[in-house]
Amino acid sequence: MNAFAPETGLLPGFSDPVAQSQKTFRAVLEATSRPGTIVSAPALPLAPAPLNPVAAALVLALVDYETPLWLDPACRQPAVVEYLRFHCGCPLVDDPAQAAFALVVDAQTMPPLSAFHLGSDEYPDRSTTLIIQVPNLDGGDNWRLKGPGIRDQAILSAGHLPAAFKSWVQDNHLLFPRGVDLLFAAPAQLAGLPRSTLLEG
Amino acid sequence: MNTGYNFAYLDEQTKRMLRRAILKAVAIPGYQVPFGSREMPLPYGWGTGGIQVTAAVIGADDTLKVIDQGADDTTNAVSIRRFFARTTGVATTEKTVDATIIQTRHRIPETPLSDGQIMVYQVPIPEPLRWLEPRETETRKMHALADYGAMHVKLYEDIARYGHIATTYDYPVLVNDRYLMRPSPIPKFDNPKMDHSPALQLFGAGREKRIYAVPPYTSVKSLDFEDHPFEVQRWDQACALCGSTESFLDEVVTDDQGGRMYVCSDSDYCGERQKDQMQ
Repeated sequence: MNAFAPETGLLPGFSDPVAQSQKTFRAVLEATSRPGTIVSAPALPLAPAPLNPVAAALVLALVDYETPLWLDPACRQPAVVEYLRFHCGCPLVDDPAQAAFALVVDAQTMPPLSAFHLGSDEYPDRSTTLIIQVPNLDGGDNWRLKGPGIRDQAILSAGHLPAAFKSWVQDNHLLFPRGVDLLFAAPAQLAGLPRSTLLEG
Repeated sequence: MNTGYNFAYLDEQTKRMLRRAILKAVAIPGYQVPFGSREMPLPYGWGTGGIQVTAAVIGADDTLKVIDQGADDTTNAVSIRRFFARTTGVATTEKTVDATIIQTRHRIPETPLSDGQIMVYQVPIPEPLRWLEPRETETRKMHALADYGAMHVKLYEDIARYGHIATTYDYPVLVNDRYLMRPSPIPKFDNPKMDHSPALQLFGAGREKRIYAVPPYTSVKSLDFEDHPFEVQRWDQACALCGSTESFLDEVVTDDQGGRMYVCSDSDYCGERQKDQMQ
């Protein structure tokens, strides 16, 4: 399937919304409940540049009018905005601390994780879920993961992340039960890093 | 399969809302995520929370098993299994090993769960501190501060009064060393099965509008004291049908002369053992 379609006109969403949303959700559930596991994306819709098909699938499956979405500057393209408004109907917000979901296509220029909604001690579930687009899930530094969902140890090495990212994730874990949850969207795969996961070393 | 309804009965927006709540629940093991519980075609108390969680998770490739007190053939289990067979067309089974999703009321199967299986528990009261503190604002603060002394006092009062901890079901657990959680009214016999289980465990409370979760390989510790360690029930009988001495036994009254027998509560486990013995 064509991963990056040209920016001409509105692109379609899922071809079978009910089944593909469910399958995409199950892939996210697998990735979140077993952090570090690389899950193949079950549905790859046409995505407006610069979104990759997995990031588009995650947004189609999870975002709707109840969930304010923040876009990183690289993502604020008319084609993307049109696609999101039509398929998801979600409010787009300028302040990352207001967002239920955030879409980051260029992690190098993203704000630190502490800039997003971290939830409160009483309602830690209200924090932002970040969908971070990466070129691959095996090209970066090896992070050793421990915590719920991991039997002994898991390794995640998402590529093309800013140098400070690892310390952001460690600081985010220290806030537990507050903190943001991360989903990494590679061109055909995804992986999860919930706040409960401890990064070793 | 009925064609008049959306797949798995609920509309897509409701499923997205449930799915988001489930993902947050998995990210914060043991924390109760509020969600917008919908009216279901059966009354509260019959598993509306579990059904909504199952409806959000289930797909055409899944195989569903539903148990009620361990049995596949009781009214609640049969109705829920039939509901999903009609609204999704998925395969159903009574065999624990064949199921990808197991919805349960008040038991965990005796057969060990495996990687990739999802347990869905029906929960009547999700808040472990509710009978100790009726105000939601207060229990929320107690969870925020991990202030669980009141529960230890309750267990201590049991020991002071009866000489042992008298709670036998819905026995409070600490998940991932952080959140106090009600495991739903399973017998405390089943609590050790939750600890580091390879299966993902999801909990849904429909009337109370809460979803919570225990990811795979997560510590689930039953509360106890150093000098009164946690213990599970033991029987001096074996199952009258399959002879198991390992399983949870139900007492069945057989006549009005005081006759009774003890049989496995897990009907699949008991049936499989009897089949093996016939050969």
